Amino acid sequence: MQQRRSLDQAYTNRKLLNGQLDTPKWWAPTVIVLGILVLIGIGVISVMINKGLGVTGLSRPVFWGLFITTFVFWVGISHAGIMISAILRLTQAEWRRPVTRAAELLTVFSLLTALVFPLIHAGRPWRIAYWIMPYDFGRGIYPNIRSPLIMDPVAIGTYLTGSTLFLYVALLPDLANLRDRTMGWRNSLYTVLALGWRGNPRQWKMQTVGGILLSALMLPIFVSVHSIVSWDFAVVPAVEGWHSTIFAPYFVIGAVHSGVSAVVTMMALMRWLWKWDDFIRPEHFDALARLLIVVATGWLGFTFLELIFALYGRDAPEIALREMQMFTWPWNMLFIIFFLTAYLIPVPMWLFKRVRTNIALMFWTSILVNIGMWLERFLIIVPGLARRTPFVYTWDSYRPSAVEWTIFIWSFAWVTFLMLLFSKFFPLVPLFEQKESQVFTDDVMIGRAKVPAILREAD
Amino acid sequence: MSTRSMLGLFQQPEPAADAMDGLKEAGFELGSFDVLTGVPYPEGAFGEYVPQHRLFRFPAFGAIIGFTLAVFLTSVTQLAYPVVTGGKPILSLFAMLIIMYEMTMLSAVIASVFGIIFESRLPNMKPGIYDPRITEGWIGVVITFDDDSRVADAEGVFNRAGAVEIKHAS
Repeated sequence: MQQRRSLDQAYTNRKLLNGQLDTPKWWAPTVIVLGILVLIGIGVISVMINKGLGVTGLSRPVFWGLFITTFVFWVGISHAGIMISAILRLTQAEWRRPVTRAAELLTVFSLLTALVFPLIHAGRPWRIAYWIMPYDFGRGIYPNIRSPLIMDPVAIGTYLTGSTLFLYVALLPDLANLRDRTMGWRNSLYTVLALGWRGNPRQWKMQTVGGILLSALMLPIFVSVHSIVSWDFAVVPAVEGWHSTIFAPYFVIGAVHSGVSAVVTMMALMRWLWKWDDFIRPEHFDALARLLIVVATGWLGFTFLELIFALYGRDAPEIALREMQMFTWPWNMLFIIFFLTAYLIPVPMWLFKRVRTNIALMFWTSILVNIGMWLERFLIIVPGLARRTPFVYTWDSYRPSAVEWTIFIWSFAWVTFLMLLFSKFFPLVPLFEQKESQVFTDDVMIGRAKVPAILREAD
Repeated sequence: MSTRSMLGLFQQPEPAADAMDGLKEAGFELGSFDVLTGVPYPEGAFGEYVPQHRLFRFPAFGAIIGFTLAVFLTSVTQLAYPVVTGGKPILSLFAMLIIMYEMTMLSAVIASVFGIIFESRLPNMKPGIYDPRITEGWIGVVITFDDDSRVADAEGVFNRAGAVEIKHAS
């Protein structure tokens, strides 16, 4: 069945700008509820900063817990954006069109959220300034660039800056569209942001060539960021389960698995909430699910490699750690949930086209993946520290406190809140990409079958 | 003599391409007229003049700047406060390379974005004659000239090509 139908440009404008030119009824109540959650979260963070890290469950020997797990989780989610947007742009995949903006946006907001966690985890966030920036030229004291804790902010800062600029450049034609359809202060805002865009061939050429150039530049950054995050753990020889040579590609592919799943979740919500059935179609979920099957299976391969190398070394502490992760309560329960939700339930389901094109099932399976991927990070970070080792004199099991769980929930409310605020002012689906797709589509008769064909310019 | 602009609006690409051809045949200078669209049409769809760009120089230039700054940051700051940690050398190449790589890429991306904006001839806060229907699928052919006597020639070309509307600005 052909899902694409011919849409004129005025209809595309009306439908895809419905979030900016009108306000959907659900928008204000949702933003208010999320705003309250965000304020509660900020309040709890303030209390924690005031009282100190004693209000968390962190204690010797587990000093990296829920905050660092959630930091790695959000950095992972951020990998959806550039991976989808850049690779699909470079390969000129037709189904990228409704996906790219949402994916880029998810990158920017999840990175902004991820950055909060190491800051608050430090207990005294203002001291971070001393940690990551050249400061105090009078004394000549500079940060130690040999530490992975410096590499991390440099890599994430690069990724965040690049992704934000990438998002803005691709927004220019749509900002001009909004400028043409608004009045008053909003018109003034879009006029300034659109920089005087008119849509002449030179500007369109720069949009196309520039998009490909930025994609090519962002891809190596995307690979480096999660590699560097993985080195926060991999360069620590003292903790079993952390010190691993395959962590960089393992983290990157895990991030792609979790990030692309988050894009599926977001696209389902966009289709339901803004009623974009003409633009976000089952064929897009089908394509994303096929991609996820490949990515998830690659990730599974790395998970097994990680276990196999650990066991083949016959290193007693390493084997003890794996036993604890997989067979000791409560870690075994978390391990089973992780394995079921990250792979065993969703991937076999995605093998069926009826599931891949069922948006509700895709929505719920994508959420399952992210539950599993969060648990994966938790199981990498915490058991390695919690296992009893010689020469450590105090033992306390790690149980995240209500403060940590509240801040964890805050992070989801915060990302959703930012997304909804963005959606009030800027389109979540690139309009010009949708229209371009219509311009380049034609029906071709092959025998008696009318086949929709997408035309592409030869380079 | 004043600079005048005229915008012919078309609903289909073919008449807009005819208008572009007509303007060339009528002797208007290449570069004095342009086509405005709401979507990127294939290059040459309107027989338009597309000047060469130098976008690829920007990331190369940016990368050199970024790399130089990174070399300075990673070496000079460490030598300025030399504390040996973990028995590792003060100038540790592996760690330096990571920072150099990120700063090189960051600078290349920033320079590319500047390049895209510059080569698009933006920002242009006085973009001239325009019509919002262009972002609804209409196609605009805009011409700028100094010679008032050529108004009728341009109008004739637009009318013959089938312009739905012609707008003037001076």
